[in-house]
Amino acid sequence: MNLKLKIWRQKDANDKGSMVDYEIQNVSEHMSFLEMLDVLNEELIDKGIEPIAFDHDCREGICGMCSLYINGEAHGPDRRVTTCQLHMRKFKDGDTIYIEPFRANAFPVVKDLVVDRSAFDRIQHAGGYISVNTSGNTQDANAIPIPKDNADLAFDAATCIGCGACVASCKNSSAMLYVSAKVSQFALLPQGQVEAKDRVLNMVNKMDEEGFGNCTNTGACEVQCPKGISLDNISRMNREFLSANITKG
Amino acid sequence: MSKSTFYTSVGYKILMALSGLFLMLFLAQHLTINLLSVISAEAFNEASHFMGTNPLVQFLLQPVLMFAVVFHFVMGFVLELKNRNARTTDYAFKNPSTSSSWMSRNMIISGITVLAFLALHFIDFWIPEINTKYIVGDMSGLMADGSFRYFHELQHEFQSLPRVIAYVLAFGFLSLHLLHGFKSSFQSVGLTNGKKRVTLHKFGNVFAIAVPLGFVFIALFHFLTQSH
Ligand code: HEM
Ligand code: SF4
Ligand code: FES
Repeated sequence: MNLKLKIWRQKDANDKGSMVDYEIQNVSEHMSFLEMLDVLNEELIDKGIEPIAFDHDCREGICGMCSLYINGEAHGPDRRVTTCQLHMRKFKDGDTIYIEPFRANAFPVVKDLVVDRSAFDRIQHAGGYISVNTSGNTQDANAIPIPKDNADLAFDAATCIGCGACVASCKNSSAMLYVSAKVSQFALLPQGQVEAKDRVLNMVNKMDEEGFGNCTNTGACEVQCPKGISLDNISRMNREFLSANITKG
Repeated sequence: MSKSTFYTSVGYKILMALSGLFLMLFLAQHLTINLLSVISAEAFNEASHFMGTNPLVQFLLQPVLMFAVVFHFVMGFVLELKNRNARTTDYAFKNPSTSSSWMSRNMIISGITVLAFLALHFIDFWIPEINTKYIVGDMSGLMADGSFRYFHELQHEFQSLPRVIAYVLAFGFLSLHLLHGFKSSFQSVGLTNGKKRVTLHKFGNVFAIAVPLGFVFIALFHFLTQSH
């Protein structure tokens, strides 16, 4: 198939940037979206044009590195997949495709389609961990009984790959879904209880400090999340936050 | 509770939700009394007089209500501005209807419409009411002929077609506000989970349609049953 592409080009963080038109011919429907961009970049290099910078690593939906806002949707029109898992068969011959970086002031553009998502790392550093002794005499995790339902919910929350699609698709650029997943994966497990209160307070404070917006429960994040992280996690985080505040005094 | 509790995004959400929940309770109460006006002028007069003169209602609930209304819309504007500022370079191509409802994205628009109506409502009812009771000092609730004034005032209001149209429009927008707001407030205070969420959403949708519809019905009833 032949496609028209409108792609955001920006030399560096200080450049103003703009949408630039490209055309690409003979795209196979079996290609992944990133392979299509690889082919485009080969052609640009042949023509002596600077290739388009975009993030990727695993290309199998587990690392959370790929991003891209495609035709108005984070990770494109397909559901429960990352951009690297999106196939060109989702598009038709003659389509025009808008390709933009994930946008939020907390995710500044580094170059072209690459954004700096280190705000997520700093939120994690503020409390998204448990302090355990890893010196060799760590208790076997299976020795602690955990209800199956809680183990499943914690696992579901832990499947968040930190891609930032929730922020990109939220009209408020809110990071609530991401932070709530990182709070929930521990809030549901006994190992997470010791630091539970500080965790939720510190992570929420850090989230605000990084300049993400306020959640208004539109639910766009849940729909666009490639891992199907549930809004129930946000509800749980709000509960955790309220009770941590009340009991910590 | 620590000092910073409510100065965070989650804290604001919770306060927004609590004020919204309170306003919804108030709406339900207001509708109940107004519905009496369709059944019996006498019952409506009695209830209005009770609400208008009971010290608990006047000096506790009324100030709380005033505070909740002002807090709710001021915070609504503040949050809207903050959220706009969280993304100063916008997308060239947006397709938001694939993942969220119009109602959820436009709470500020439905909110402003309701606010405009509240201003009108204040001028029509609340300011004359406060004037009669606390400036003129007439707490009797009676007219010159010795009967209660409340039902008479209500009928007078719904004689005017432009008023009735404004009323219907405003309640249409209130319905849109609540179609998102009801479920949203429970989510904000952390009360929605799994199966409970589905039931709550259904109940919320019924509330968001039935309550405004009730007010519209009352307006139309009085408009149509009076001679013009
Ligand atoms: C009787 C009148 C009103 C009722 C019953 C009401 C109810 C609600 C409820 C239940 C919510 C959801 C809260 C949440 O998300 O947790 C809400 C949100 C909101 N309301 Fe109202 N509201 C009313 C009037 C207004 C007015 C006058 C404005 C003025 C602008 C307004 C602006 C907003 C905004 C912007 C939101 C979204 C904020 C957010 O979710 O963070 N509302 N309202
Ligand atoms: S919650 Fe979903 S969309 Fe958000 S960072 Fe995690 S995986 Fe990505
Ligand atoms: S490149 Fe790793 S998830 Fe897409």
